[in-house]
Amino acid sequence: MTDVLTISNKGDSTRSRFKPFDTRRFPGLRTTAWAFFAYLYLPILILFVLSFNRNHTVTVWTGFTLDWYSTVLNNDDLLRAAWNSLIIAFSASISATILATMAALAMARDSFRGQNSVNGLLALPLVVPEIVTAVATLLFFALLGINLGHLTVIVAHTVFCIPFAYLPIRARLEGVDNTLMEAAADLYADPWLTFRRITLPLLWPGILSGLTLAFIISLDDFVITFFVAGAGATTLPIYIFGMVRIGITPEVNAASTILLLVSVVFVTLSFFLSKRQNS
Amino acid sequence: MDCEQHGCLALAKMTINLSSLNARRMALILPAVVTIAFFMVIPLFLMGYVSILERSRYGGVHWDTYSAEAYLSFLFERDLSGELSFNTDYLEIFLRSLWLSTSTTIIAFLVGFPTALYMSLQPQLYRNILIFLVTIPFWTNLLVRNYAWILLLRDTGLINVGLQDINLISEPLPLLYNDFAIGVGLTYSFLPFMVLPIYASIERIDFRLVEAAFDLYAGRWQVLKRVLLPLSMPGVMAGCILVFVPCLGAYITPVLLGGGKTLMIGNLIQSQFGASRNWPFGAALAFVLLALVLLTMMFYLMRYRSREAPRP
Repeated sequence: MTDVLTISNKGDSTRSRFKPFDTRRFPGLRTTAWAFFAYLYLPILILFVLSFNRNHTVTVWTGFTLDWYSTVLNNDDLLRAAWNSLIIAFSASISATILATMAALAMARDSFRGQNSVNGLLALPLVVPEIVTAVATLLFFALLGINLGHLTVIVAHTVFCIPFAYLPIRARLEGVDNTLMEAAADLYADPWLTFRRITLPLLWPGILSGLTLAFIISLDDFVITFFVAGAGATTLPIYIFGMVRIGITPEVNAASTILLLVSVVFVTLSFFLSKRQNS
Repeated sequence: MDCEQHGCLALAKMTINLSSLNARRMALILPAVVTIAFFMVIPLFLMGYVSILERSRYGGVHWDTYSAEAYLSFLFERDLSGELSFNTDYLEIFLRSLWLSTSTTIIAFLVGFPTALYMSLQPQLYRNILIFLVTIPFWTNLLVRNYAWILLLRDTGLINVGLQDINLISEPLPLLYNDFAIGVGLTYSFLPFMVLPIYASIERIDFRLVEAAFDLYAGRWQVLKRVLLPLSMPGVMAGCILVFVPCLGAYITPVLLGGGKTLMIGNLIQSQFGASRNWPFGAALAFVLLALVLLTMMFYLMRYRSREAPRP
């Protein structure tokens, strides 16, 4: 599967030595591409704009207002759901990143027996449809008699956040120069010291990138959380879902926009972290 | 110490290092592996097991009674006297899911391929920006993105109001709470999944081949069909899988944009754990879905990820 964060790092050296290929050879490309981007962003932008709309019955602009945002921020249930989301996301992303870092370190160098199976296992949460995972996890907790609550959600989230944290860290590790660590070993550094003073600082942008990705994934998750969250562990997406089902109120627009902006901020952060060059 | 002892000591240290390397590697990889194995693999097997259990009256299962009722329910239903009769309800849902997933994949390809091609023809700086722009919606909340379409498609939504304002229609079009809306939502949700793999594939193509084709008097369509498409096929296949599989198991889109009706496999599964309270059936459905997905993945892996380049 493609590692989306490292695509832009793959330069095409053959093409840079020749004139760039003329896009006009294939007319209609630019139109399609721009139509695609418009289609991709228009609904999000419209949602953003409408969250400031004074009118809430018809989707017509009648005036600018921040009322809906203040309603959202005064909604205790919503704030509690948001708080739950944050706690769960923090716990799950940190756990997943720790596990993923360890796994990446183990997988980095020469191949060993069973490496393919481990790769497959690490990718499993990405392959299995979310609803299937949700059902399986619910049945698992039911069988063990575990009550649904914060902990069940955190555990479920950690599992599917692992691959998301793993990919950037692994990618970063590939780019790290092995000779640096060999040099450290030559200088009589033991593995722990090598890790602490050499590997970890080099790996750090990748780890942070993986952490932020895992955080967003956990924050945005709906289906799995919907199945395994108990009554007291309502997260923000679940709360928004409830609001949408009951009826379209303008608070939904405001709450959705907030969630959207948080995601965008974190994605941008992660992107820049993964692109940071060694100083 | 003399040379021999130094040598032995060095050898011993090396052996210890090697075995401790393997032990260390095991220790590092075990937590992640165990977590996934315990909280994912085992639950999946459990789910298969539940699907052959008997349903309990109060919504759970009888853990000790077996029954094939769940799988029978796919195609048959029992009437009051216990007779089986053919039931097409669930078949309909499966077929609709397959149809929606396939059409979404096709549309995503028709839009995604040109976009990926366009992206890969841009100078490096623009390419990075475009990749970033494609990636962002991928990481934002799916629920919110589908909700935005409710705002657009409903009777008092932007599209209907806009069309009425310019007097193109007099009555609002029923754009929401039907298959069309679900199709739109699915395409919107999974389009980035198609673009990025195709882009990654096209980027690896040596464009001198394309220019050579043009030099040999090939028309645009020929170049597309005979050169670009075969060379980017791994990416195209990856993109198709990445769109088709999540579409099949989609839950949010059919729930939000399909109205209260149960239209796709995802809603059907969820209702077995909600209103319908039929856990074995829900588990059976999920199991079949998983089987379909794994089959698709195996097909993809065997044909398009083999060591040698795929034959055009």
